[in-house]
Amino acid sequence: MILEKQKSIILEVKNLKVHFPIRGGFFNRVVDNAKAVDGVSLQIQRGDTYGLIGESGSGKSTTAKVMVGLQEATSGHLYYQYTDVTKRKDRKKINYNREIQMIFQDPELSLNPEKRIYDIIAEPLKNFESLSKKDEKLKIIKLLDIVGLDAEAMYKYPHQFSGGQRQRIGVARAVSTNPKLIIADEPVSALDLSVQAQVLNFMKKIQKEFNISYLFISHDLGVVRHMCNKIAIMNRGQIVEVGTKDDIYNHPLHIYTKRLLASIPKADVNNREKNRNHRLAVEKYYLENQKEFYDKDGKPLPLIQISDTHFAAVPENIAKGGQ
Amino acid sequence: MSDETLLLSIRNLNTDFKINNNFYPAIKDINLDVYRDETLAIVGESGCGKSTLAQTVMGLLNPGDSKSYGHADFLGTNLIGLNESDINEIRGVKIGMIFQDPLSALDPLKRIGDQVVESLVYHTKDNSEKRAKRALSLLNQVGIRNPERIINEFPHQLSGGMRQRVVIAMAIACKPDLIIADEPTTALDVTIQAQILDLLKEIQKENHCGIIIITHDLGVVAETADRVAVMYAGQIVELGTAIQIFNDPTHPYTRSLFRAIPQDDSDSDELYVIQGSVPSLVKMPSHGDLFAPRIPWVKAEEHEDNPKMHNLGDGHFVRCKCYKYFKFLDGWGE
Repeated sequence: MILEKQKSIILEVKNLKVHFPIRGGFFNRVVDNAKAVDGVSLQIQRGDTYGLIGESGSGKSTTAKVMVGLQEATSGHLYYQYTDVTKRKDRKKINYNREIQMIFQDPELSLNPEKRIYDIIAEPLKNFESLSKKDEKLKIIKLLDIVGLDAEAMYKYPHQFSGGQRQRIGVARAVSTNPKLIIADEPVSALDLSVQAQVLNFMKKIQKEFNISYLFISHDLGVVRHMCNKIAIMNRGQIVEVGTKDDIYNHPLHIYTKRLLASIPKADVNNREKNRNHRLAVEKYYLENQKEFYDKDGKPLPLIQISDTHFAAVPENIAKGGQ
Repeated sequence: MSDETLLLSIRNLNTDFKINNNFYPAIKDINLDVYRDETLAIVGESGCGKSTLAQTVMGLLNPGDSKSYGHADFLGTNLIGLNESDINEIRGVKIGMIFQDPLSALDPLKRIGDQVVESLVYHTKDNSEKRAKRALSLLNQVGIRNPERIINEFPHQLSGGMRQRVVIAMAIACKPDLIIADEPTTALDVTIQAQILDLLKEIQKENHCGIIIITHDLGVVAETADRVAVMYAGQIVELGTAIQIFNDPTHPYTRSLFRAIPQDDSDSDELYVIQGSVPSLVKMPSHGDLFAPRIPWVKAEEHEDNPKMHNLGDGHFVRCKCYKYFKFLDGWGE
């Protein structure tokens, strides 16, 4: 526990809101807001793999976009190593854009098909580091080696690689500037099982080697369980439950977390009926009781502390039961 | 299972793709049966030929750059080489199809209602009023809560789960005997996925149709399939009931695949990786065990030159004798 507290926070989001205006009516005025992210606070500690789980539309990718500066926040704050970096100009000062990198879901789309691997990996290096041609090349060879590709790969084009290799190139590009935090938005969901294993292994390996923290966004709860030590569940633009792996998987309290966990198909034929009945029971409970977990506008309740590590947006009586 | 409930019988089915004026086999010597009330899962990784198999059966491949031969007898009619008008009598009527990406299966410029009605126009004799009613009830059946509103919307206005429901509504519009679902839930969230899979099961119970579900997700297989065919490099390498495949995986590929799943409770840091990669169509060896290069520690004489399916009894088949000798290098699972 003491060790836990000594860990420093690398990135903190405080009460982040991202609202998209919905225009309509006369003069195309703003008639309403789509509240994609509506009051998210989270802390990523150094060396952690922080899992952000949610379904499409829950706001998890929008939160990530704010972190890498692809999306302006409507309100709220972003702190990098305790420095406020909500504003774009503040980020420049402290090399934020270099120290936070991103791995995208689909390597087919995130690698420019007209560029050679050399140029793809060199791009962030050229932006942030002024290396000589020779050093640049050496660095790229080293990066390719880290992700298990031959040096000659750098003269090839993305289409000459398989999906898993392409995603590893994406990883090589992300680690090229020695980032402290990598935001991985569904990094393996476009990949096959055996290839997924490769990429996840590499992500773990470079984490150890370079002491990288991850924000790991996924809807695959099995993968999150394998990768993450801290997990937050997002629903309707807010975090509804956050805790350790054990808190979330073994003692979930929020109705939405329970539903999500019950929905994962399990590779367990022997208990197919049991799993199915459990899922249907949870679904029934969800339909009957979900109102208790949201306020009258359909917003999740505020988070309540259950234990040192576990927070859940649940009504008081349930929180007491879980404490 | 009796012959009466046999829907589709695939025998020695092959499809070759034309690449640079040469033909390369994409699926080889496929033998499969699908029965009524049964869900058959075809599992494999991208490029293993599982979608090609479905497209061959449905006659969806362009005859200009592919050729198929063999048998796919659907209720007595060989679907392979059937002309366009004959296959149209079957496709969409007796065989419904659900694709992975609902957005590309729907016409972006047409309202949902019109698209669902359209699937009825060609195949039923109802008048337009009846068709509109049927469209509403179909949308209702697939769990769309406010079909009256949805019919006036365009595909882009719906969420992914809703779109897939619309696609399913269209696929079951004519109460098909067989539904082929190619990665029907891959693009969807888990809670939606569970609902869609339940929906397919419900439809099956009601219509007594057979379902072929093509997927790479072993969880989906475990929860839906009665029988499983595992494909690798265009061949079926293992075939059996879901219980046999999951409890007693036999082919080295099946065993490797199961080992690569991130386990719930293991604290081991490293996931199992299958060495190498699937050879591309052009580089595919013409004989020998195609999986052999991925398990190089298994001796050459422990593979077959021309691997055959071995019968393990009770409908469990496995390709190549190497399963008898295969062990993981680290002795896992001994």
